[in-house]
Order: sequence, then C-alpha cells, then structure tokens
Amino acid sequence: MRLERRASTPRWLQVAVPLGSVAIAFVVSAVVLLVTGHNPLHTYRRLFEAAFTDPGALSSTLTAATPLCFTGLAAAVAFRVGLFNIGAEGQLYMGAIAAAGVALALAGQGAVVQIAAMIIAGAVAGAAWALIPGFLRAFASTNEIITSLMLNYVAALFLNYLIFDTLSPWRDTSSPGAEQFPQGRTLPDAAAWPTLSLGTDLLIPFGLLVAVVLAGGVTVLYRRTRFGFEAAVIGDSPRAARYAGMRTRRNILLVMGLSGLLAGVGGASQDGDFRHLLDPRGLAQPGYGYTGIVVAALARYNPFAVVVVAFLIGGLSNAGYALQGADFPAGLVGVMQGIILFCALGGEVLVRYRVRVGRSAPVEAAHAT
Amino acid sequence: MSDRRSVTAPVAAVTLRGVTKRFPGVIANAGVDLEIHAGEVHALLGENGAGKSTLSNIVTGLYRPDEGSLELHGEPVVLRSPRDALARGVGMVHQHFRLVQPFTVAENIALGDQRDRRLVPDRAALERSVAALAEQYGLAVDPRARIWQLSVGEQQRVEILKALYRDARVLILDEPTAVLTPQEARGLFETLRAMAAHGRTIVFISHKLHEVLAVSDRITVLRGGRVVATLPTETAAPEGLAALMVGREVETGRRPERTSAPGQVVLEARELCADGDRGLPALRSVSLEVRAGEIVGVAGVAGNGQRELAEAITGIRPPTAGSVLVDGRELRAGDPRDAIARRVAHVPEDRLGTGVAPSLSIADNTVLKSYRGPDMSAGPFLRRARIVRRATELIAQYGVHAPGPETPARDLSGGNLQKVVIGREFAGEPRVLVVAAPTRGLDVGAIETVHALLRGAAARGVGILMISEDLDEILALADRVLVMYEGAIVGERSGAGADVEELGMLMAGGAR
Repeated sequence: MRLERRASTPRWLQVAVPLGSVAIAFVVSAVVLLVTGHNPLHTYRRLFEAAFTDPGALSSTLTAATPLCFTGLAAAVAFRVGLFNIGAEGQLYMGAIAAAGVALALAGQGAVVQIAAMIIAGAVAGAAWALIPGFLRAFASTNEIITSLMLNYVAALFLNYLIFDTLSPWRDTSSPGAEQFPQGRTLPDAAAWPTLSLGTDLLIPFGLLVAVVLAGGVTVLYRRTRFGFEAAVIGDSPRAARYAGMRTRRNILLVMGLSGLLAGVGGASQDGDFRHLLDPRGLAQPGYGYTGIVVAALARYNPFAVVVVAFLIGGLSNAGYALQGADFPAGLVGVMQGIILFCALGGEVLVRYRVRVGRSAPVEAAHAT
Repeated sequence: MSDRRSVTAPVAAVTLRGVTKRFPGVIANAGVDLEIHAGEVHALLGENGAGKSTLSNIVTGLYRPDEGSLELHGEPVVLRSPRDALARGVGMVHQHFRLVQPFTVAENIALGDQRDRRLVPDRAALERSVAALAEQYGLAVDPRARIWQLSVGEQQRVEILKALYRDARVLILDEPTAVLTPQEARGLFETLRAMAAHGRTIVFISHKLHEVLAVSDRITVLRGGRVVATLPTETAAPEGLAALMVGREVETGRRPERTSAPGQVVLEARELCADGDRGLPALRSVSLEVRAGEIVGVAGVAGNGQRELAEAITGIRPPTAGSVLVDGRELRAGDPRDAIARRVAHVPEDRLGTGVAPSLSIADNTVLKSYRGPDMSAGPFLRRARIVRRATELIAQYGVHAPGPETPARDLSGGNLQKVVIGREFAGEPRVLVVAAPTRGLDVGAIETVHALLRGAAARGVGILMISEDLDEILALADRVLVMYEGAIVGERSGAGADVEELGMLMAGGAR
C-alpha cells in the first residue's frame, strides 16, 4: 500500500474528508466511551451543549477560541511560505510580557492609549522574538523549526523568572495573597479590553475582533500585494523566486516577523481580555502556540478558515472542561479530544494524497539514462 | 596494451540477449545484445540518454527487462533485486554514493552484509580484512576513518571496497570519474586494471572518450538505447568512436545563411568562474561574446558547466571570478534582479520549478519578473485585472493550450509551459536571451514553434546564447558554436562550418 500525491484535489473531497474524519473520530471515541461505561450519544449531546448551547457556553468557547485565532494565524502565515515557525507559544509569552509591561508603566492613562500601547507592545515583542529564528534562517540557513521551538522554552523560563524568581515590576508584592503564592501585579483598570455584548449572555472579547480584522488583513496581504505574491512564489519554489530576482532573505524576515507579531498580539489579548495580570501558569498550561499549529493545518493555512477552526477547537476544549466531573474523568476528555484531532489531521493526508494498493513500476526510472 | 590479457578463449561473465526495456513514453533499451568477457574492462560509451544506466540497472537487478534474457557466467538468471545480483557476484558503484556519513569505512562496508549474523560484529577482524583488501588493490583508505572525513575520491574507494568485500566478480561503475579530479581518476584506472588482472570483470560506463580509451579492453557504443558497435580498444580511434556515439548520418536542417551582419556586442563574459552545487569549480575562466541578432550555441554533454554558465550570466549563481557585461556595462555579480533590469532574459533548463512556480497560475507566472513594475502594481498592491489581461494576451499570442489564465502552471504540457516562459521572457524586449535546453522533452510541433520564436527574436536584434545538448538543434539555429567540456570552452566553430563529428570529439574531451 502506498501513498501517491494527487495532481489535483476534487472539491467534494475537501468537504467530505473533514466530515468523514470527524465521523470516524466519533465512532472510535464511542468505543472508548462504551468500554469505560459511558453512553456515547448522551456524552456527545452534552459535549455539544457544553460547547455551544448551554447558558454562557458560547462565550466560554469564544474565550478559548481567541488565543487560538492568533496562534493559528501565526502558524498559517509562516507555514504557507514554507517557514515552519513552531515558536508561536514563546512569541505569545513575549507579547504578553511586553503588553503587561506597558500597561503597568502607563498606569493612569486612558483606555484608548492603554489598549493601543498594549497591542503595539505585544506585536513588537512577538515579532522581535520570531525574528531571532528568522535571522538565523535567512543568514545562517539554520533550521527554524529547531530554533523557534527552543526559544519557546527560553520565553517560558523568562516568564516564570519575572513572576517567581525576582521582584520584577510585573510581580505583585503588595496584596495579601501574593505573600503565600507569587503572582502578577494586577493591570490598571484602563488596560482591561472591552467586551462586546450580544443578547443576554453572549460576550465577544475585543481580542477576537482584533483577530478577525487581522485575518482579513492577512488575506489581503497574501492575495493582493506584491509581498504576498513573493511569499507565494518563495513558498512554492525558492528556485523560481531566486530566478525572478526576489529578495528571499528579506521575505523570510518579513514573514517570520509577521508570524511572531500575530502571536504577540495574542499574548496582549490574554492580558487585556482575560487575565488582567501577567499569569505564567495560565498562559503556559493550555499550550496555545502548539494548538495553533493544529488549527492552521486543519484550516489549510487559510486565514478565515483559521478563525472557524479555532472556534470549533475552542468549543471542544471548553466543553472538555464542562464535561469532566466525578463520573467523567479529565483523562477521558483528553482521550476524546486527542482522537478527534488525530482523525482530523490524519484525514488531511487523503486530501493531498491518494492511497494506492499493490506494487507498481518505479516511474522515476523513466528519466534514467 | 596487448599485454593486458593472455587470452585463450574468452569466457563470458555477463551476456545479454535481446534485452528491451521500456518506460512510459520511452524505450530505454531496444534489443541489446552484449557479451562481457570475464577479466576484462569493458566500457559502455554513449551520450546522455543512450541507455547506459538502464542497461547497468538491469544487470544489477534494479530493473527487470521487458524482453530478452540475462546470463551470468553462462547461467541464465532472473534477478529480482540488487541483493539478488550481489549474491551472484554483480556489484555496482553508483555515481551518487550510498554511504552513511557518520559511520566508519569498515562499518559502511559491513552494513547490510547478511553473512555475519552476530549481534556484535568483530570490529577488529572486520577492519583487518578491509585493510587487507584495500592493500591488495591499492585502494588506500583507513578502515577506521569516518565517511564525512574522506574526500570524494576516497569515498569512491569505499564504494568499490564494499563491492569487493561482498566478493563481487563483476563490478559496474557508473560515470565513476564524474566526481573525481584527473589525478584521482588516474588512480582509479590503475585500480581497475589491477582488479581485472586479478580476474574480476569491470564494466565502465562513461561518455568521455579519453577515459574509455585509457582504461578499457573493449568498448561498446550505445546510441538511442541500441548497441551501435562493440570493438577492441586497440582498434578504436577517437574520431570513429565520436562518430558512432553522436551518429548523425542524416544531416538535418542547417541554418540558412544569414542575410544581415550581426550588430554590436550585447553580452560579454570575461574569464567567468563559478562553483557547482557541490562547491567544486564548475566553470573555468569562460570568456565569450554574443552580438545583437546572433545566436551562439553552446554544445556539450550535460554537466560540463553549462548550467553554471547560464546561472552565472543571469546572476542566479554568484561567480567566483570574472565579470559579465551587457551593452558594455558590467552586471552586478550574483544579483538576478540587476540582470532582469538590464533586460537579460532567461529561459532556464528547469522549466517547472525554476522557470515557473508550479502551483501558481499562468497569470501569476506571466508576471513572475514584471510584478514589481508600475504596470502591474500600484503601491504595495498588485493590479490583478491587468495581470490577468496580460496573461490572456500571452495565451492568445503564443497559442498556449490552457483552459484559462488561472490554470496552475503545473497542469500545462511541456510545450505549452515553454511557450508561457518564452512569452514572458520576450515581453520585456530583451537585449540578451540566455536559453538552456529550449526544446528538451517537447514534441516535434512544439520544437518547431520554439525554434521559430528563437529565430524571430534574433531577427529582431536579440543576442541569444543557446545552451543545448542537442547538436541538431545547435546546427539548425546557431551562427556560432562553442563547445564546453569540464567547465571550459574547448572549441569554437562557425555554425556553417561546424562538423558534427568534430563537435562530438570536442564534447567528449577528445581535444585537438
């Protein structure tokens, strides 16, 4: 049995494969649920309700989806160009650190100034962090997968250091709780990002709106501009790009910078939308950066699809929290999420490759002398 | 040379009878009859695509023939895999080595050897036997050295030792000198003679005349997948071999005498040097001139620096020395954008992948070089409507068969793709056109179209440097012919006065 690259992908397959993958995931999960003594249909209904229809569920799903939009976009813009920035995680931390830093430094300023400064600081810090592997890739041909991944750990340690190991301006040293356990200093009220209320209990975080605007910006950038054209050529064939006189190094830097920028704004959104202090545990525990890669892959690097997929994955993880309880262990939730993601990503292979059973002649030999 | 073998009746080590091998759209070998004697060095000589490698891949079990039979040491065999062939004493030294870089020489030699099935091999004994084998054949190499520490020549010795260690009675070497310096090549020839003297059979594949004449006992010339002749080396003359190899008895369409005299020099290369992808010098001090309205053909067997020449002129490959001048002014070295701005058009050898970005549409590829200009962009934004219009015009003007401008380039046939590339390159009214393998893989109709386009461009005053392995093409189009061999220009003839056999000689390194 072998995999063969498809010359072209029929349109129906692009719809059928994801649906089929999810169906298979539910069948496989059903087996696990039955074995562990749970009713699959009942569980799925609860899953759906907890993600989308319970009171407040949709708002929680949007909360979970917002950071995934940013990190998903970060991965998508880089992966499209063949640059594998695995560092959205660390770039998000750096963005959060910088945004919290300026929010604390600008205490007393109005909300507009605060929010704008936080977004800019997060963007700059994320971009700067991503430019480290960007420069190494462009000028030393270093593998950006390794360097961007390694920098995630550096960023995580720096984040912990600021709160746990030093009396930094980010650390809360005055409130009574901080004596027992170190925590970040609460940001000024003006640094809290607004929420858009729709109906009774649907709250849309400001960061999500920012992410949607950025998704639109990325779409225009990649479809309509010279930069996007160069990025597309470089992603498709670096040799053709060189032949056409494109500045490949400059483009690598720009793409890595853009990727880090998106993740960094995601970090600022974490501070401003949700946490209102620099929260190392809270930022690190969900693994937004890594999940963002999955989001980008499922969205096939399409910016608007990233938003949709982030919403679905956000719902899945949000429902996971709601499902787990005395009769439903957290591990089982993780197993179900894992099966769904595994099937969805595995199914992607079928979109680009076809399965051929049996041996056939080595076709590449046709060009041998 | 006659003291090489004390021949009584030669014993056949390898016999091929009527071997035919087809690949989709190509017949690689057609009814090949070949007998290789035990203990001789037998050369397989032919141009690229003559079927040499396919033939050796059949003997080493990589391919199975569609028709015909194979005998090893007089015994009919059906080989299912290279391991099968090795078990019957046929070993192969590939052009691209199959060695594990971090492993030692001895480890590489033992790798995959099924005879020693112990979990922990006796390293010392292995190293001793490798050293002994190396000494026997003068293959100086340290069994304990790691592959990455070795020169290319030493790595090749390891490949040979690998085959000898498995007790290969027949050893096939595919273009073994391609990666060697002349000194290393001479050392290899001595080794091969020594192995033949020990009764081993050597099949030496090459397209270089002097090597074949220097090392072999007998020569088989292949052309177009068929055996043209087998003859003893003593009786072979370089001219005759070149004629057999190139074999153009039919004189095809010569270029009609030109009517206008060529204009001033538009392209000049001065002592241009460049390294190949492996970092070795591939272009050795090449100087040439192309005048407006002139087609200069560059003939040569592939891999003799032609690609590096085209890339150095167009700025894709930074030269290590020398300069390129267009209209008398020097180009910025290693900057394709400068060459484009100075209207140096380039139709590259590798159309799909260099000439176009394969996944992108015809429209995108139409503006691959011109998207930066004010016609096609406004501020940071592309003018999509104009781009699509330009592509639609190109499709109509050059008769590209495609569903539309949004069709991905990779969905086009070779001929239509070449029309897109040529159409794009002609769009900027070029001064100079560097074109490589312009008709490779195209069908007859498309070849005529491309030739007509090139002639038309020359008539409009474009100076054309045309690199091609196809002598017929060069003779059909070129006003002057340069021959490249091992990175240097080894001869120049006028298009009208060029003699096929003489060009063939020059191409094979049989210098005057």
